[in-house]
Amino acid sequence: MIPIEHILLLSAVLFTLGVLGVMLRRNVIIIFMSIELMLNAVNLSFVTFARSMDSMTGVIFIFFIIVVAAAEAVVGLSIILSIFRTRKTLNIDEFNILKW
Amino acid sequence: MLIIFYIFAALSVLGGLGVLLLRNPIHCALSLVGTFFCLGAIYVMLNAEFVAVIQVLVYAGAIMVLFLFVLMLLSSKDSEKYANKWPIGKILAGLLSLGIFVQIASLFNASELQLGPKGEYPLEVVEEVGSIALIGRLLFTDYILAFEIIAILLLVAVIGAVVIAKRRFQ
Repeated sequence: MIPIEHILLLSAVLFTLGVLGVMLRRNVIIIFMSIELMLNAVNLSFVTFARSMDSMTGVIFIFFIIVVAAAEAVVGLSIILSIFRTRKTLNIDEFNILKW
Repeated sequence: MLIIFYIFAALSVLGGLGVLLLRNPIHCALSLVGTFFCLGAIYVMLNAEFVAVIQVLVYAGAIMVLFLFVLMLLSSKDSEKYANKWPIGKILAGLLSLGIFVQIASLFNASELQLGPKGEYPLEVVEEVGSIALIGRLLFTDYILAFEIIAILLLVAVIGAVVIAKRRFQ
């Protein structure tokens, strides 16, 4: 049996890498990938807790999280696609039409 | 068993670092696929075979292929010249994420980790019935409403993506 703290630590490390990616990278698709990485880190801790608590709810939750992540990826990428048509760049600093 | 877990954990952290550090966005996407595969292997070790399968099929298969398609459609020439113009921002980002990491990791201190009462699906029951059969049974009984709603959400996402991404007629 793998010690639960080690898996949770791995999940925390992956989540932090995702946060760093969102804050440091400027390519909007890479920022999106970092968000997927954070979602996966949370999924990992869901599975860990579900296993250590002898519960099935965490696994069911992951099913829904993955569906929502797929929907989010589809809609987000189509938004990026349509922004790219007008601005011709993927740099998130250029996407500032809505900025006050 | 434990050593295999450490190998996969190290590989998945390496993949995450690749997303953070690699210059070419395509390489970033491929290293993220590697991370997803390693996480799938860890799910197998945690006796969550169903999650491992949909992790590889949906995440590493469908979602990342979508990312790669979009990356290849939108090959912008200035791809990675956009460095952060503001060096203090990098330091602030590092400090902030260090703070987040310390906060999360301090929650996982084993001696203080307070878990509630155990659920009704210990490992023997899961092995006997099979995890996929259990999940299917739960999805179509206890969670049937959420299951139906998520189906509508997927339909809305598909229609929304088509509407947002199509070209407007002049």
